Amino acid sequence: MSHSDHQTYPGINLGDIDPRHQQRVETAQFGFWVFIMSDLVYFGLMFAIYITMIDAQAGGPGPHELFDLRSLFAQTVLLLTSSMTVGLASLALKYHLGLGRVYLWLVATLLLGLGFLTLEIMDFMNMAAKGGVPQRSGFLSAFYGLVPLHGLHVATGCLWLVILMIQMRVIGVTDQIKSRLMRFGLFWHFLDLIWIGIFTIVYFGGLAYG
Amino acid sequence: MKSARPSAALPVLVVPALLLAAMPALADSNSFLDPQGPVALAQKEHLIRATALIMIAVIPVLLLVPLIVWRYRRRKNSSAAYRPKWDFSPLLETTMWAVPVLIVAILSVYLWKATHRLDPYAANFGTDPAVEVQVVGLDWKWLFIYPELGIATVGEMGMPVDSQVAMELTTDTVMQSFLIAALGGQIYAMPGMTTQLHLAASEPGRMQGENTQYNGRGFTGQKFDAVAMQADDFQNWVDTVRSTGRVLDDATYRILAQRTDRAEVQQALGTADMPDNALYFTLPDAQLFDKIVHRYHGDTALPRADQPGTTSYGQETSQ
Amino acid sequence: MSAFETTLFGRLSWDALPLAALLKNPGTNEIVANAAGAILVLGAAVVLFVLSYFRLWGVLWRDWLTSTDHKKLGIMYIVFALVMLARGVLEGVVMRAQQAAGPGDGFLEAGHFAQLFSTHGTIMIFFVAVPFVVGFINFIMPLQIGARDVAFPVMNQISLGLTVSGGMMLMVSLVVGEFSTGGWTAYPPYTGAAFNPGVGPDYWIWAIVVSGIGTTLSGINFAVTIYKMRAPGMGFMRLPMFCWTVICSSILIIFAMPPLGVAALLLAADRYLDFHFFTNDLGGNMMNYANLFWLFGHPEVYLLVLPAYGIYSEVFATFSAKKLYGYVSLVIATMSIAVLSFTVWLHHFFTMGQSALINAVFGVATMLIAIPTGVKVYDWMATMYRGRIRLSVPMLYGIGFLILFVIGGLSGVILANPTIDFQVHNTLFLVAHFHNVLLPGVLFAMLAGVNYWFPKAFGFRLNERWGRISVALWVVGFLFTFMPLYFVGLMGMPRRSFNWEDPSFQPYMIAAVIGALIILCGLLSVLVQLYVSIRDRAQNRVPVGDPWDGRTLEWSIPAPPPAYNFAVLPQVRDRDAFAEAKESGTAYLKPTGYDDIELPKNTSIGFLLCVLSGVWMFALVWWIWWLALGVTVAMLLIVIVWTFATETEVVIPAAQVKAEHEAWLALVARTPAVDRDDEAAPANLGYARPDMEGAT
Repeated sequence: MSHSDHQTYPGINLGDIDPRHQQRVETAQFGFWVFIMSDLVYFGLMFAIYITMIDAQAGGPGPHELFDLRSLFAQTVLLLTSSMTVGLASLALKYHLGLGRVYLWLVATLLLGLGFLTLEIMDFMNMAAKGGVPQRSGFLSAFYGLVPLHGLHVATGCLWLVILMIQMRVIGVTDQIKSRLMRFGLFWHFLDLIWIGIFTIVYFGGLAYG
Repeated sequence: MKSARPSAALPVLVVPALLLAAMPALADSNSFLDPQGPVALAQKEHLIRATALIMIAVIPVLLLVPLIVWRYRRRKNSSAAYRPKWDFSPLLETTMWAVPVLIVAILSVYLWKATHRLDPYAANFGTDPAVEVQVVGLDWKWLFIYPELGIATVGEMGMPVDSQVAMELTTDTVMQSFLIAALGGQIYAMPGMTTQLHLAASEPGRMQGENTQYNGRGFTGQKFDAVAMQADDFQNWVDTVRSTGRVLDDATYRILAQRTDRAEVQQALGTADMPDNALYFTLPDAQLFDKIVHRYHGDTALPRADQPGTTSYGQETSQ
Repeated sequence: MSAFETTLFGRLSWDALPLAALLKNPGTNEIVANAAGAILVLGAAVVLFVLSYFRLWGVLWRDWLTSTDHKKLGIMYIVFALVMLARGVLEGVVMRAQQAAGPGDGFLEAGHFAQLFSTHGTIMIFFVAVPFVVGFINFIMPLQIGARDVAFPVMNQISLGLTVSGGMMLMVSLVVGEFSTGGWTAYPPYTGAAFNPGVGPDYWIWAIVVSGIGTTLSGINFAVTIYKMRAPGMGFMRLPMFCWTVICSSILIIFAMPPLGVAALLLAADRYLDFHFFTNDLGGNMMNYANLFWLFGHPEVYLLVLPAYGIYSEVFATFSAKKLYGYVSLVIATMSIAVLSFTVWLHHFFTMGQSALINAVFGVATMLIAIPTGVKVYDWMATMYRGRIRLSVPMLYGIGFLILFVIGGLSGVILANPTIDFQVHNTLFLVAHFHNVLLPGVLFAMLAGVNYWFPKAFGFRLNERWGRISVALWVVGFLFTFMPLYFVGLMGMPRRSFNWEDPSFQPYMIAAVIGALIILCGLLSVLVQLYVSIRDRAQNRVPVGDPWDGRTLEWSIPAPPPAYNFAVLPQVRDRDAFAEAKESGTAYLKPTGYDDIELPKNTSIGFLLCVLSGVWMFALVWWIWWLALGVTVAMLLIVIVWTFATETEVVIPAAQVKAEHEAWLALVARTPAVDRDDEAAPANLGYARPDMEGAT
């Protein structure tokens, strides 16, 4: 495979355009896409399980008793906004708008992510207070098998982001760190995508058919 | 390699031949190769037809591989052609794809028809009026409920010849699979769910039925006799069951549903009037089967003490 | 137990040791269980002793356990697979012996027999077939595409660590507690907490989950390697056939491992947290498990067998001294099989009450797979046709495979008919069928691969005579073991039966145990072959690296290859790149220049994660929560710390590469070339003289 200078990976500006580094970044990026594909299968299956179990409420509380649409709206706003801030961070990086801005947007992303998690956990606690615990029914098992799985991904993302910011300080904004930031962005957008699936299928679908 | 060896084809052909020679033993066994009903008969025919068709693709391999290996083996002064660059022939290629495609196409037609005709849910066989049997898988025995006749049995399933036997199956424990090979195929039974199976016997006789899905220490003993009888004999059998049977009330069912094999439950519930390997019951509650199925549809968790098949079942009395 | 002990040790107590059962209740069953445990403990002790006695710990640690070299990782995978294979075969023999012991109860208890069939299946699929295949891919694929390593060498090491720690759990279950009795499929509700509250299913779950993560990472690694790291000029249609099968297999891994992970983790949620995915009550649905498991389970079969097909493709072409017939056709067939394998999972449960329409659709889809598979078989025959066939050991495995495999294909198409499957599902017919495809299909390919690539890996050829003996034993043993099972299966004997009543089964059961013993001899002869070959290695050296007149790039480098594989990355101009180079006289040329080569440094992360994930699983199985939590944190920290390392590569200076490469070229120049008549003779030093006598 030939590597010419204009083949810079879109979205980041690497330092010196060295074909070997270029290829390494590309390889890592592609590998991460493949990983996301595999992870997506996990979520896809959990969605399928949820759909088959919407009716398996066994007399327990269902979507209408449990789902809080206002909190859902707030969570959605937080997470979608965080997707925008992570995008702004990578733009700031790409167009040399100063490291300060990069940090600003990354911290904003982290706060939005943590806010999302806080609301989600409060949601779970409210549900549990109404008897909506996973031990209650197949439906609730499926709900708690899927939504917290996404939450766990978001939490992992937050941890990753903290580590990345530390690494930006300790190691410096090297090509390697830039490509990691790029992959973090991919991961974060992917979680957004999953969330869109969750609020349409799990919440709206649950309310419509449950 | 200078010397070639006899190819591996020899044992391949010899071993099955020897085994086939031993096959007459089959006549005594309870298998669909010795079919006792129209479904098993059709299955056997389908097996033979499918095997014959696939052989069209298989035999050339069995014959040609040894031939090719022999003819083109490396040796001094070989007269066989050597074409190291030859890697494609349109004609050969077309044949290679076309033959399997054709065989699969023909087989698919047969498969499609047979699958629909022999669908266990479809009542396609049996001329006389249907007998309804509800089958409950327990650890480790099958309970047969005849709701219309008000009787139930364990270890022996009576059925009139030529009648459609319409079965509905569930289990009151883990998953099991119900098979009377001489009559027709198997179907799984699962707790809280029902499946169906339609069979018919064409001649009177005793056939073995079994569970094929491993479910614990009594698994291999979970067998029963399916007994096909002429209509009169069947009526007599029903009368015998009714007159000698114990009442299948809740207390009896709790004993029956323990994790026991047939001999153990026979000891617990059998009486002198019953055969050695069968239990007869009368059925006070025609809804028993539905109750068993609905046991799992309640709004509260099922305590293990109330769940047949667990080690805790019957350990403490429920409310 | 006191509350303190429960906190400290979870549900672990002295009763978990099989010795406790032996002391309480001595019997054949307990003696067999303890013997198995004793063999394991003794084996481990012997290994530790040998390592210490010969002072090999340092070598083991520096050259192997911390290595990120794909070749060494591949070899370790294969060694691991061979160790697990030994256990799997022994278990098979014990099971056959139990069934041959006659109508009656034999010498094992039902529960013990059930553990045997559960571990046998789990081991053979997840800890023999998978590591064998992954090991071969690791060793061969980068060499065949002209790469210096896989895309993510450290991740590769972690994959191995996770696979091995999963396998170790099965070994631990032999000595501490018990394994699942639910078969390798572990269908709930039988494996649920209500019916099986013990540790058995938990061992299964965690071994599967952890090794499954390892396999998934391998799949990602291989796919990315082939997509991104092929040598210049190696377009997709110039890939060696083995690499094509690796692409397909990797895609299957990437998409098919998640369903298994989901199935096992949801089962864990049911068992540990009282969820209701598959329980009988409160809306659980065990059909979801069957669907999830086989969404994985069917592609799994093909992710194992496709690389095996790849190995056969290489073997048939090389030992027929001919180009592979129908390359394009084989590529299409491989891809079709990969795609179709996702559309047929339901045929594993035709008997669970779907409508006739659904069964018919999946039945037809299943039969469709027979078309590309049939084409492959014909293509291999056409590869031999008008060749110069050498009946070397790998080729003998290949020929045995062709003949036996079509019988497995026959029974496979028979099973694809729901009508017949209703009869033979869950019987020994099914058992015979999948052994018929997996033994000749996968295991023979692996043994062929060992014989074929061993000289490349270690620099000397394996003993031909013992190789032939093992082929004969495996083929005959296979026939005697599994052909009878077809017949008892048709006669209605359920699989997983620890005893039986029908006297007409007797001769078949006896034939089968004889076969199992012959297979055991086959396994032993493989070990003897290894021993004899290592003893006589001086006469069988092939330092030039091309003992079989190979066709693909891995034969163009020294044996054993240097850590960096290729001194200079090869320029590929055709399929069968090395055969083309030899023919056009461009093989073994001095390159115009050398560059520095960067290689990943050794790291201990894979080993650490292997040990820690093992402890983690053990803690979860025995409910030792503090330990599980602590190890989770430790594993996270290790990974995080590792990401801070920036100097992860060593540079091999161009001068060193030049010196090594030119020394080898000098060796080539003074080595006499041999033609194929001397292939098995000491004169074969790995420099092949193309031998086109009589070619047209």
